[in-house]
Amino acid sequence: MDIFGLIGPASFYGFMAGILVLAVLTVTTRNLFHSAIFLAFTLIGVACIYFFLRAEFLGGVQILLYVGAIMTLVIFAIMLTAKMGDPSIPQSNRQRLPVFLALAALAFLLVPQIVKTSWKVVESLKTTSAVELGQALMSEFVLPFELISIVLLAALIGAIAIARSDQ
Amino acid sequence: METIDQAFVLGKRAALNWMSAFLPDWTMVFVSIIISATAIVIFGPVTMMYLTWFERKLVGRIQNRFGPNRVGPWGLLQPIADGIKMLTKEDIVPEHADKFAHFLAPVVIVIPALLIFSVVPFGRGMVAVDLSIGILFFLALSSTTTIWIFVASWGSRNKFSLLGGMRSVAQMISYEIPMVLSVVPVLLVVGSFSTVSIVEAQSGWNWFIFTPWGIAGFLVFFLTGVAEVNRTPFDLPEGESEIVAGFHTEYSGMKFALFYMAEFMNAFSISGIVATAYLGGWQGPWLPSWAWFFIKTYALVFVMMWFRGTFPRLRVDQLMGFAWKVLLPLTLANIFIAALWLNLESPKNNLISALVLVAIVTIIYWANRPEVPKKRIYRYAYED
Repeated sequence: MDIFGLIGPASFYGFMAGILVLAVLTVTTRNLFHSAIFLAFTLIGVACIYFFLRAEFLGGVQILLYVGAIMTLVIFAIMLTAKMGDPSIPQSNRQRLPVFLALAALAFLLVPQIVKTSWKVVESLKTTSAVELGQALMSEFVLPFELISIVLLAALIGAIAIARSDQ
Repeated sequence: METIDQAFVLGKRAALNWMSAFLPDWTMVFVSIIISATAIVIFGPVTMMYLTWFERKLVGRIQNRFGPNRVGPWGLLQPIADGIKMLTKEDIVPEHADKFAHFLAPVVIVIPALLIFSVVPFGRGMVAVDLSIGILFFLALSSTTTIWIFVASWGSRNKFSLLGGMRSVAQMISYEIPMVLSVVPVLLVVGSFSTVSIVEAQSGWNWFIFTPWGIAGFLVFFLTGVAEVNRTPFDLPEGESEIVAGFHTEYSGMKFALFYMAEFMNAFSISGIVATAYLGGWQGPWLPSWAWFFIKTYALVFVMMWFRGTFPRLRVDQLMGFAWKVLLPLTLANIFIAALWLNLESPKNNLISALVLVAIVTIIYWANRPEVPKKRIYRYAYED
């Protein structure tokens, strides 16, 4: 069974490297639509990592929400952007240096904290099971849950109020 | 009887035993995975090929003609001839197309269609992976299809393609909500996402379709399923009479065949999941379990094709109105009805939930009644 100890981590790291490559492609591609496609693949890759780590519920929700819903929204936004029809127009600008500086500052803040945290490995995390998650939402976290539903309801009503024609 | 029921499971075990004689122990896990994966990868396209034959024969029968009858007995070799034709056709890419997107979409769209088969329980013990989130996995994968249809339509740079893609996105987003909600009663009663435990909860004749919430849930789930795979009467994204062929206007040869394959495999797997969730999956007397699964699934596929031979295409506003004004309130009410059914005692729960269901259907019907314009009265000028 030694071979599994080898294949498991090796494929896992290979997989993560692939996701990183896709993520870099997402931000460096000049064509906005291609960026969106690479972003979809990156998100699917993250979902696959969840499946790999036996957090199936999280993986399923990741695909359902990020790939199914948010990517559709992103694609709609791209579609409604003017001048998208002409592929010769560059669809990104040249502000690499400011972006790099801002990100470096963020990384300066985040990386020490990530290194400091001791990542405890728990055998099976309770929050990854759908049943436990549902029971927690309905008992311990019922107030935040209800609050979020009120916010969503307000957003829904607001959207209808904005979209309806004046009659 | 037991042997016939477990024929495929025993077959796989025999193959594993035979291979373990000359392969090292640690490879057996991979061999087991490869056998299951190969079975699905062969089963998907073969099912698709014969579904096209079945559809052409059936629609032919409905339209009082023969359908394919030249290649092989009863035209049985027609799908193979079609496959060869598709493979040898010229692959045309429009000059101004986004080559990357145009190539990627048909390739990727087949992957979720094949992956869904891995959670379909074909019979007792005949599921590739008993995922703890089976139904959610199916819903998540079927929601990703939208993106690739849109990528195809955008990449083609053709106005008909783009119109078809936009219709498809609008339709799939609208029908996904009632689809997800229509499975919730099943999850509520079973208490698990796993497709295997959903089937096991319907043992004996306790199929969910025999309960009041089951009838409503089954109808909504099946109809939204038909809409999700873009089949008649919900086939606006590829309406031939309006927008040439919709999102696959600019595709030819094998790329077109891949879209076609994804559509038919989705039609089959959605029928399988509907049968699993509401018709008891492989449960049934006398016949082996997998036979029951295929009877139920093909019955649903038959109904889908019957729809195609019978119904005209919906109008866009009818399509959206049906999803948001009829199906959505019905599914929301159905969750409540299922909760009522679950919490009351056995004899009276059926009666009460049936009464509530009838009341809610009546209210929805009344709220959606067609608006009859007031009768106009014409008066001639000389009458005054």
